[in-house]
Amino acid sequence: MLRLPPFRYIAPASVDEAARILSEHGPEATVVAGGTDLYPNMKRRQMTPSLLVGLRGLRNLRGIRGDKESGIAIGAGTTLTEINEDPRIQEMYPALAKAAGWVSTPQLRNMGTIGGNICLDTRCNYYNQSYFWRKAIGFCMKKDGDICLVAPGSPRCWAISSSDTVPVLMSLGATVSLRSVREERQIPVASLFQDDGIVYLTKAPDEILLSVSLPPVNGLKSTYWKLRRRGSFDFPVLGVAAALSLDESGNCDDARLVLGAVGSEPHVIKAAKEMLLGQKLTPEIIESVAEVASKPSRPLDNSDLDHGYRKRMTRVFVTRALRELAGLPIPRMGAPYDL
Amino acid sequence: MADGKFSVIGKPLPKVDAFAKSVGATQYADDLIFPRMAYGKLLRSPHPHARIVRIDTSPAEKMPGVLTVITGKIMPIKFGIMPTSEDEEAMAIERVRYVGEPVAAVAAIDEETAEAATEAIVVEYEELPAILSIEDALAHEENRIQTYNRKGNIHKAVSFEFGNPEEGFAEADYTREDVLFFEGNTHLPMEQHAVVAYFGPDRKLTIWSSTQTPHYVHRSLAKVLEMPPSRIRVIAAPVGGGFGGKSDPFSHEFCAAKLSMITGRPVKVVLTREEVFYTHRGRHPVKMWVKTGVKKDGSITAMHFRSFLDGGAYGSYGMASVHYTGVLQTTTYVVPHYKFEGARLFTNKPPCGPKRGHGTVQPRFAVEVHLDKIADDLKLDPIEMRLNMLVKSGDITVNGLQITSCALRECIEKVRDASGWKDKFRKLPYGKGIGFAASTYITGAGLPIYFNQMPHTGVQIKIDRGGGVTVFCGSTDIGQGSDSVLAYVVAEELGVDLWDIRVVTADTDLTPVDLGSYSSRVTIMMGNAAIEACRKLKGQLFQVAAEMLQVPAAELVARGGRIFHVRDAEKGASFVEVANKTEARFGTLGATGSYTPPKGIAKYKGSGVGPTPAYTFCAAVVELNCDPDTGFIVVEKVWIAHDCGQAVNPLLAEGQIEGSVYMGLGEALMEEQAFRTKLGIHKIPSMLEYKSPTTLDTPEIITMLVENGDPEGPYGAKEAGQGPLLPVPPAVVNAVYDAVGVRIDEVPITPDKVFKALEAKAKRRVLKPISIPTMSYPEPVRWSPSELAVGVK
Repeated sequence: MLRLPPFRYIAPASVDEAARILSEHGPEATVVAGGTDLYPNMKRRQMTPSLLVGLRGLRNLRGIRGDKESGIAIGAGTTLTEINEDPRIQEMYPALAKAAGWVSTPQLRNMGTIGGNICLDTRCNYYNQSYFWRKAIGFCMKKDGDICLVAPGSPRCWAISSSDTVPVLMSLGATVSLRSVREERQIPVASLFQDDGIVYLTKAPDEILLSVSLPPVNGLKSTYWKLRRRGSFDFPVLGVAAALSLDESGNCDDARLVLGAVGSEPHVIKAAKEMLLGQKLTPEIIESVAEVASKPSRPLDNSDLDHGYRKRMTRVFVTRALRELAGLPIPRMGAPYDL
Repeated sequence: MADGKFSVIGKPLPKVDAFAKSVGATQYADDLIFPRMAYGKLLRSPHPHARIVRIDTSPAEKMPGVLTVITGKIMPIKFGIMPTSEDEEAMAIERVRYVGEPVAAVAAIDEETAEAATEAIVVEYEELPAILSIEDALAHEENRIQTYNRKGNIHKAVSFEFGNPEEGFAEADYTREDVLFFEGNTHLPMEQHAVVAYFGPDRKLTIWSSTQTPHYVHRSLAKVLEMPPSRIRVIAAPVGGGFGGKSDPFSHEFCAAKLSMITGRPVKVVLTREEVFYTHRGRHPVKMWVKTGVKKDGSITAMHFRSFLDGGAYGSYGMASVHYTGVLQTTTYVVPHYKFEGARLFTNKPPCGPKRGHGTVQPRFAVEVHLDKIADDLKLDPIEMRLNMLVKSGDITVNGLQITSCALRECIEKVRDASGWKDKFRKLPYGKGIGFAASTYITGAGLPIYFNQMPHTGVQIKIDRGGGVTVFCGSTDIGQGSDSVLAYVVAEELGVDLWDIRVVTADTDLTPVDLGSYSSRVTIMMGNAAIEACRKLKGQLFQVAAEMLQVPAAELVARGGRIFHVRDAEKGASFVEVANKTEARFGTLGATGSYTPPKGIAKYKGSGVGPTPAYTFCAAVVELNCDPDTGFIVVEKVWIAHDCGQAVNPLLAEGQIEGSVYMGLGEALMEEQAFRTKLGIHKIPSMLEYKSPTTLDTPEIITMLVENGDPEGPYGAKEAGQGPLLPVPPAVVNAVYDAVGVRIDEVPITPDKVFKALEAKAKRRVLKPISIPTMSYPEPVRWSPSELAVGVK
């Protein structure tokens, strides 16, 4: 079997201690919670930290707190299963419950945490391979090499942001808390990401993701649509998170549309808000939003399914997500994809 | 007495190994741990085609914990499962021919050290141009991957003419040609290949391996290691799924053995999932061209079929595979005249070999889709059209295959009626579709892999003084339940409790030879051998019992742990008592049985592939949703009826059928052994990215067993493990056409292909057709059934 490379493991007793260890050891150290992303990547030598700082024992990083009035705060160490099954989240943020429930497989959701899914390493068919495989074709710039194999000549890495929960959290206006030896700070979840396949997180390497906070629902309806081959196991090859609210007369007074798995960071479709505000959710306006939304995504041949096809599906999935929120009939794909 | 003819056969009993497997107590090869055991690891080629200039193992040898490092030169003798293409080396010596081919092996005190040591080995390669497709293989004759084959990169080309195809086509009212492609895919067993080898102080070698064919591994080890077979013992450890992927002798087995011989320690080698993808031997990618002439009612007047198999770098079972892509076209529907041309090409990819339905899945897909189109062209119901032209019991096909029992009509009628076909076909709303296909498969190959006159299987039985019965057979349980079938047969025959029977199987020191778990041969061959052994023993037991009970031996039965008079159960004695008295009379109790399949009736060059003791027949209807906006296909329900003769255990037979449907759906919809086109490396060698269906992707499966006993089968039993895969992919493809009106002439039918086809249709564009190569074939072997009459005289 593939073996883990040698590493040291420290289980700090507090977040403060964890922050101190990270600051002392610099980039050689990394945090681990569920390990469902990190350990396989380590087995394939995509990551070779010499020190792992285990967060799993830190109770205060785990749990879901809050209510309708104040909103909900989720500890970064809360498992995806716990989020999927939480009645408050199911009621208030159904898109998040869905997204968490569609990550990988039941076994991995029992281990994997929301913090891990937010910080999920970007993915690429040339990068998520064993050391042998990557060496055989010549390493890529994301690890051990200096070119991009999917877009040779490109100065940057095009690995794909593949989290299911991040687009949803962005559409819900979530914020995250980060802690380091220097400070604790809150930033919008969207500010945590940048458009680079290698340095895809804006946080400092020694900052620990503590929690994610969701504002009160305030009439916001949300949904998430995921394109993937199978009913389980697969990362999204396209994710569409949509959230919107309507005023008394049925006109849209808030709208957020975020695409996942189309680039190195989730894409916020700003035009969607501009187009929808003050409008009724007619099939026509939904079509035109979908048309606009499908423009910026430029998938490359580094994921499952034909990349041209993936781009074409953006329009279909945005249409379906918005039709769902508008209460319009949606073409069905049949179980288990019956979204 | 139990109800019906049998007391054990036909009953839904648990598998004899079910308890151990359920609680995780079964010891697979990777679970074996021995004192002083070392770990082996193979270094593999990063190039699809290269000359090995130099290997420097010294950096690895110097590493602490490394016990030894070996390269190909230490085992220069070539091997291969087919005697006509022994082209493999335990490790490549001068040339590597695919990414993942082993070039060196290390034994170390643990797996981490072994892996690090392989990375320290320096191999200098001189890269050679790689042949990565069927077209490349034909176009670049000068760039030869192998040199023992006759020409270029053609591993094997065959050509046959049965009857008079020209005449047949002249009789046709309508003729149609199609080109289709079946992409390669792999077995994906849960258990990765694993082996432990131990060369003991007695200078005897024992290996425990996850293999389907311990006998062939035994022969190959003797040859490559240059050791007498009498000093080698091969034990097939419980196999966690094979599906054909563990039927060849493999590099890791030779290397583990050699490493143990050098170190004097037990050596374990366990492949990673990635290495399993490189080891492969899976379904050949096959391009097919088919032309069929039919009468107005759809009945076939002649068929001409061509296949091009992308074989990968080595022979494996390819010699048989190429024949199998042609031979069973005639055993489902009557084909009065038939021409077949096939070729297997060498390419710089992992070798293809046998996967469930070996070589027959691809042509069956082609023929069934092609016939669906013909039915459409002729405005006929595809099921009714086929019902007019079925083969039947007693038929001799145009290529000289004898159909034994055949319940194909019943299978077709069952799925037609159960699925509500008549109310659904071409009547479901847009996006919903229903499709049909039927098929034939063999119950064991008529010939062994290497020429010999000995039986294909042997069973030995001993009876203990306490009444326990131990059965020995070389058969290999790969999860299909052959150990259980062996126990059921003995329990049925001797009338002893199933749990008083111990089966000892797949151990070349302890058990008589069985050729292995391939070609769906085990139940029929091992079953018949077990019956023979039991009946020999029963002869002795009944003779003694008859004297004890003062009744004729012919009127005795053995059931429920007793031997008694068939009409008066009071007149009887316990099995143990009779056994003890029989031992007192005749000495130690034991008996053997064996089985050799009947010879094929036709004699022509190439007639060895196709004959079988019994053909099975299968029909399936698939109902699905196809989302026209996304191209996504969700299979809603599958109805499948399989003529298995007699289910030895209906639970196991149904399990085999459901497993076949599941696997067939994966091949139809998702699975691709895909390569980076220029780099020649497997694109996605992981269980995450090689898409195989999950439980959630598996529909409701309605399985119907058609039990129409076969005279050759034990209690009438025929195979159920492979045949039911065959109708599934074409039924899916035909259902997609019914749903959205586009023909996708290749599998897997992925959503992007459906989407592209629908878009082209909407824009009235014609998609680029699948290309079919041309080549020149050898002079055809000509044969007609009329020659049989001559032969008889």
